[in-house]
Amino acid sequence: MNTIVTDDGFRDDDWTLGFRNWENAEQVDGDLPEGPALDVPNSIAGEDLVDFFASAPMIRVPFPSHVDGRGFTLARRLRLLGYRGRLRARGHVLPDQYLMARRCGFDEVEIDRDLALRQPEELWRPCDSWRTRNYQARLRASGSA
Amino acid sequence: MYRYNDFDRSYVRDRVEQFRKQVERRIDGTLSEEEFKPFRLMNGLYLQLHAYMLRVAIPYGTLDSRQMRQLAYIADRWDKGYGHFTTRQNIQFNWPKLRDVPDILEALADVEMHAIQTSGNCVRNVTSDHFAGASADEINDPRPVAELIRQWSTDHPEFAFLPRKFKIAVTGSPVDRAVTRAHDIGLRMVRDDDGNDGFEVIVGGGLGRTPVIGTVIRDFLPEADLLPYLEAILQVYNAIGRRDNKYKARIKITVRETGVEAFRTLVEDRFPVLRRVFEGGDRDFARQIRAAFAEPEYADAPTSPFDAAMDNDPAFRAFARTNLHPHKNPDYGIVTISLKAHGATPGDATSDQMRLIADLAEAFGHDEIRISHEQNIVLPHVHKKDIPAIRAALSEAGLGTANIGLASDIIACPGMDYCALATARSIPIAQQIANRLKDIEAEVGSLKIKISGCINACGHHHVGHIGILGLDRAGTENYQVTLGGDATESARLGDRAGPGFSADELIPAIERLARRYIEVREDEGESFIETYLRAGKEPFRTALYGEAPRPAAASRS
Amino acid sequence: MMARGFTPKVVTASDLFEGDVVYLARGGIWTRSLADAQLIESESAAREILSGAESVNGGLVGVYLADAEAGPDGRPRPVHYREAIRAKGPSNYCHGKQSGG
Repeated sequence: MNTIVTDDGFRDDDWTLGFRNWENAEQVDGDLPEGPALDVPNSIAGEDLVDFFASAPMIRVPFPSHVDGRGFTLARRLRLLGYRGRLRARGHVLPDQYLMARRCGFDEVEIDRDLALRQPEELWRPCDSWRTRNYQARLRASGSA
Repeated sequence: MYRYNDFDRSYVRDRVEQFRKQVERRIDGTLSEEEFKPFRLMNGLYLQLHAYMLRVAIPYGTLDSRQMRQLAYIADRWDKGYGHFTTRQNIQFNWPKLRDVPDILEALADVEMHAIQTSGNCVRNVTSDHFAGASADEINDPRPVAELIRQWSTDHPEFAFLPRKFKIAVTGSPVDRAVTRAHDIGLRMVRDDDGNDGFEVIVGGGLGRTPVIGTVIRDFLPEADLLPYLEAILQVYNAIGRRDNKYKARIKITVRETGVEAFRTLVEDRFPVLRRVFEGGDRDFARQIRAAFAEPEYADAPTSPFDAAMDNDPAFRAFARTNLHPHKNPDYGIVTISLKAHGATPGDATSDQMRLIADLAEAFGHDEIRISHEQNIVLPHVHKKDIPAIRAALSEAGLGTANIGLASDIIACPGMDYCALATARSIPIAQQIANRLKDIEAEVGSLKIKISGCINACGHHHVGHIGILGLDRAGTENYQVTLGGDATESARLGDRAGPGFSADELIPAIERLARRYIEVREDEGESFIETYLRAGKEPFRTALYGEAPRPAAASRS
Repeated sequence: MMARGFTPKVVTASDLFEGDVVYLARGGIWTRSLADAQLIESESAAREILSGAESVNGGLVGVYLADAEAGPDGRPRPVHYREAIRAKGPSNYCHGKQSGG
């Protein structure tokens, strides 16, 4: 089983509602909070997902490689467009990138067993002040992302 | 000058500790080389041909005497007693050991310096006009803007893993000394009819394998909108820039493949929401930063020692003609210190030379030093009365060469003597050309020779009046010549002259170009580039290859 | 030039700690001198030795095969100028291997 990393450390995946691919997803009107999570490609434009915001309680964005940073901009774009659900980064994300993911709007990171063994829990723990202790938050009126 | 506040100070310290731990994880094997590489690059650490190389940021090329002395100390303590100043206004140390690098970064942090984002696929160290805040021709000092961009781009969580590196340059003068048209984003300060400062935003310029002169994407961007607009450009690039081919990953290709209009639309679509996020929150910082760049308190004194030297000392006159630039205060001058002594390695300074320059800046230069992208060092605020004494001290230390802007003031990348990416050497070529042209360069006048040791064009060869590109042709170093490039506000890419030359053939060929110019120019007032643009390539081509059309493969002598 | 199927090789890399150039000598020992490297004369041996070197590259970065030839003394010497510069040091200062340090 894959490991979920949050600010509290490692845990097993508690998501029980399943996943569906964006390519197969039907557009759903109205609130469907019990729906499955939406798996989207990291190449998608955030605008194309706005119609799914209400029906997708979680959106999962892949990181095929730790040097492919598209997911960071996609997450921030989704937040700026108003997505309030759970945002998960999945794949080759390193501990050194965890705060980048959080600061772009991800809630959590999903990594495989090998990565979790090689990059153990203590490496992922952020300091408490990460939301405000960065240049970008200082320069923005809202004080954070 | 900008001084670190508590936040800057603790941020840079944290980054040193973070990198120290990353080095430990690399050494104990928790991080593979592949995983470690982007983190070491983000901290300026390359693995080159003979050793690691640490590239230290000198943001917008500005530093003070204390910082320069610390660079000298680092050169002595952890390197081989010298440093190499680069075309990105940085300094490179060529011989550090991996385990020492965290200590070096700590020594930099002690003087408010760092190596953050001097490499890697992120927003790089922002560059600017090396005469900023001093030159008579500028609208406003661009360095406060550059500092604001430095802060905004530092550890920006979206933009640490872009498709490719990203370089931003800012100029506050219509005379472009920052090569803004050959950057991923170039910002040229402009003032509108109501007296408001803003920027002409140029996007998608760059040299390298596919040289492109940047396109204006916004004629006038109000200064207050700068950061959200930059963020919008970067967002579009990060989302749609190509990642399948590193040679097509720079924003210049994104803009070309998307089309300028479509790219502009994508940027403008994203801009309003980002503008709301900032809500001008950066304006207070911008004001504080600008206050930190207040002009020095100029001395009011007679310039008589300068006037006397000009009248009586021909060598001083020669120095003043090349190495002195008009300051906005008429009693002052901007002194450029040449790191291009004939036969020396362009851009290299020994630790003793660095300390001397620090001493001079402290004694005579309001404690300010600049690094130019042309790999020289600048004292931007010098009272004219002190220039004779400065020149005397420089000459004694081998730093008095009066050749700024002349043929021997050559830009050269480190080339294959150091760089793992290079395909040929640059340094020996620069050394030989400088020696060869020494006796005629005063007569030739302004001539920009720029040498790159590979297609990545760190030596800016595409925008040299004479550009030289070193390649590997079947296991031998071979040099291609381009003519008529221009790095200024009238930016222009040079034209390929013809077949390449061996290293031995190249040096006399460059001399023939210089001599042909003297023959062809209308008068002494017509510079090399002006003559080339008027007379065209032909007279220069025949200077290189002879009168008769020759087959491409023929060897030259 | 005589047509040959295979240019002899040496295995080379950079040292993780020092960053300098190292070569594989006989017996799986790494040396800092090209002259002491093992000159590999066949493609199959080159492949085998390279993969062996890569699998134990803890203190090394960027292991690869470089063309080399036997000098008059039978010891390997570089074929390409890039490898000559790596084996010697930069041309503008007496630094690197040519300095003996």
